[in-house]
Amino acid sequence: MMFLALQALTRAAGGGPPSTFDAAGPGAESIARLGTGLIIAAVIVFVVVVVLLVLPVLRRADGEFTPAPESDDSPRDLRWIVLGGGLVPMLILAGVFAFSLAAMREQRQPATPYQVDVIGHQWWWEVRYPNEGVTTANEIHIPAGRPVRIHLMSADVIHSFWVPQLQGKTDAITGQVNETWLQADHPGVYRGECAEFCGMQHAKMAFVVVADSPADYAVWLANQQRTAVVPTDSSALIGQNVFLSQSCSYCHTVRGTSAGSSVGPDLTHLASRRTIAAGTLDLNRGNLAAWILNPDRLKPGTKMPPVPLDGATLGALVAYLETLR
Amino acid sequence: MTTRAERLSAIWESPPSLYSWFATVDHKVIGMRYLVVAFVFLALGGADAALMRAQLARPENHLVSPETYNQLFTMHGTTMIFWYASPILSGFGNYLIPLMIGSRDMAFPRLNAFGFWSFLLSGALHYIGITQGIAPHTGWFAYTPLSEGAYSPGLNTEFYALALLFLTISTSAGAINFIATIFTMRAPGMSLNRMPLMMWSTLTTSASMLMSLPALSAALIFLELDRRYGFHFYDAARGGTPMLWQHLFWLFGHPWVYILILPATGMVSMMLPTFCRRRIVGYAFVAMATVSTGLIGFGVWAHHMFATGLPHVAEGFFSAASMAVSIPSAVQIFAWIATLWASRRIVRPTPMLFILGFFVLFVIGGISGVMVASVPFDWQAHDTYFVVAHLHYVLIGMNLFPVIAAFYYWLPKMTGRMLDERLGRWNFWVMFVGMNITFFPMHILGLRGMPRRIYTYAEGLGWDSLNMVETIGAYIFAFGVLLFVINVVRSRFRGAPAGDNPWQASTLEWSVSSPPPAYNFEVIPVVASRDPLWDAAPAADNPGDARILDERKETIGTSTLDAEPNRRLLMPEDSIVPLLLALALAAVFLGLLWKSVLLGAVGVAATLVFIVLWVWPGSEFPEATA
Repeated sequence: MMFLALQALTRAAGGGPPSTFDAAGPGAESIARLGTGLIIAAVIVFVVVVVLLVLPVLRRADGEFTPAPESDDSPRDLRWIVLGGGLVPMLILAGVFAFSLAAMREQRQPATPYQVDVIGHQWWWEVRYPNEGVTTANEIHIPAGRPVRIHLMSADVIHSFWVPQLQGKTDAITGQVNETWLQADHPGVYRGECAEFCGMQHAKMAFVVVADSPADYAVWLANQQRTAVVPTDSSALIGQNVFLSQSCSYCHTVRGTSAGSSVGPDLTHLASRRTIAAGTLDLNRGNLAAWILNPDRLKPGTKMPPVPLDGATLGALVAYLETLR
Repeated sequence: MTTRAERLSAIWESPPSLYSWFATVDHKVIGMRYLVVAFVFLALGGADAALMRAQLARPENHLVSPETYNQLFTMHGTTMIFWYASPILSGFGNYLIPLMIGSRDMAFPRLNAFGFWSFLLSGALHYIGITQGIAPHTGWFAYTPLSEGAYSPGLNTEFYALALLFLTISTSAGAINFIATIFTMRAPGMSLNRMPLMMWSTLTTSASMLMSLPALSAALIFLELDRRYGFHFYDAARGGTPMLWQHLFWLFGHPWVYILILPATGMVSMMLPTFCRRRIVGYAFVAMATVSTGLIGFGVWAHHMFATGLPHVAEGFFSAASMAVSIPSAVQIFAWIATLWASRRIVRPTPMLFILGFFVLFVIGGISGVMVASVPFDWQAHDTYFVVAHLHYVLIGMNLFPVIAAFYYWLPKMTGRMLDERLGRWNFWVMFVGMNITFFPMHILGLRGMPRRIYTYAEGLGWDSLNMVETIGAYIFAFGVLLFVINVVRSRFRGAPAGDNPWQASTLEWSVSSPPPAYNFEVIPVVASRDPLWDAAPAADNPGDARILDERKETIGTSTLDAEPNRRLLMPEDSIVPLLLALALAAVFLGLLWKSVLLGAVGVAATLVFIVLWVWPGSEFPEATA
């Protein structure tokens, strides 16, 4: 019951906040169970201690600063300290520690053939599937119901990888490979975010984990493995030329073309994603155009420089990007 | 024939002049200055917070830019932790400790003055940046590599690193002074087991400072070497590791948390018996709990790093230690509970209200602390608003509330005037309610997935309404602090005269006039119990006694364990050298900041000159040797 109450409390009206108590996988679920126990214990301890503190004050206050009587500690007084300050907290803490260790065991990574490498950048996430040869950004697809091993790295400063509904956070640390795992029990979209302060746009470094049914996952993977389609539409064809001749290709990769730089996100299947700029904007024509012209206005401090283009050129470029499904 | 009081005044009082305003070494003046300046820093840090809360009131708000927000939360953290929370306790310690132990000054009065000036100047150095819009912006914890030159070029982080290095000098000087004072200058008869409990907390804190500050200094020096001179301590690409910073920083940082709260709990243990009209129950338990908190505090630092991929065995160890450190806190709480229950009569003026508020906030902050000590729970709660809630319950609950209680309790001793009770009650309730409205919802926000240190958040994530509530709470809280300031100002003009001992308290500071004379005690008192003013009349006025010392600027030195008088201590006259030395050091740090070899060289030369002047034979006691 307490658990349900907590779920209600931590799950806001409107649905869908990335709440730790709205667990959607075994990792977060085990921690939510532990958290529920901790909160119940916390409420009990709080009530008992505060009643003990406040009761005598309410009962004995009479407001006179008369001289203090002689007083020595009686054994009864000291028993308070030995029991309340020593024995009882030790027992409670031993219990808390035991349950914590048990929950830590549950967090041990299950054996799995699935692996994703996630590399934190200021301020976006590079996502690589080393076994499948896929690279994408800010959107991690996993098969629902299967544990997936995540290797975490950083290209610059320290970030922290966190999907509150699926698993506790693990830092992505410069010069170090950390490991965690995710499992979503059911297909769905789960919001993730950077949890370690990483500079100016730490606030806008979100991502999503998309748990697909195994069939959908296979379809997604097959699509991502393909190189970019050659545009047939004339406007998109012009756009591709713009992409390859302007500064875009200095930083981005579109597999199947000569653009092969890995400074910024891989755009081979950009149009298959839900958002751009690490969850900053929905992916649509208007946002793409605004972003390309002046990214700094939408996400101050972003590493992407503005690309000044006239309306027609910009339109063609966006049309090309939209073909990258 | 002059009276003894007149002779002592002539020896101890500085003539009112501009020179003596800068040269005074009186611990009461210095203590008061610490209190005032630290409170100003509280107001500055509070203003940062008020802006941050305004920015976060609504989703996608554009009140301040991301860069400004990052500077604000960095300045808020460093200001509150380094230039408010610790110095305000130094202020109370400086003012009260000599009075509580029956001494006429601190052991090293000139070092005391130097500590204050360098605290003030380091704070000013820290604040230069924000006036230019280039304040530190990598958080009070300044994790590498974000704080390294590659990701934080410019002067922002320099202000942080250099001002903090400067401050560690000040803080170390203060810690040494407290230890020496408490170990060698207690009134005859005040053996270790009769010291007021605040001495135990100050000793623990000072020792913790001396052991933890070197870790911070080392971390900062490595950072500066990396940033400016091409070293690679934290550079993973060249054989360093950013984890070194985290270990050093938290090896310092967690003991520092106890440094910010133990003196405050010590003050509570001083005030509570007065309002319970009986001795504290379990003096030895409280003293030992204080010391063991300080010790265990050195074994918990990695609980800030549970998400960094440490081995699970290590995480288990630090988790267990972090839980264990709550046991001495529980001992202290239950000693207070036992005192309340053993009391036959409890008095509830404003300071007692703040103490009761402190109890409630302490319990909440302590419990949420045990929760985040649980490793798996911390994997979810770490770096979210849950931790923001926890640390503010700890720091506001266990530092600010006792500090305000202490102002209501001891300011009458310092100024001779009482604060107003009615306004005090309003002050308490507004602050207490505002505090809880601001910070309690943060627990829920954190569990709902809101990370810390974000300048804005998207709409519809379930964070909107609670953020608005918190912002309203923050302004209520700020209004509560304003009521306190009004009460203090009002007391200067209309406060009721306090008398020597308005609370009928038991310790020596209440045996002298309010405010105390420059020499503190006409006759150094003799102590025969823990509560000298309750158990026996203050020491007899005995002109033939060696404890008068009214010929020179002297006080009594006693042995460390039993406080047997063993020497007369000649105390130094006013001196401008502490200020000059602090200024010379400021020049060194400014030289480093601006990479000015000239300024730096002048600063180093001046530093050496003033150190020589400081130790020059005869300079300490010009009148005595004349």
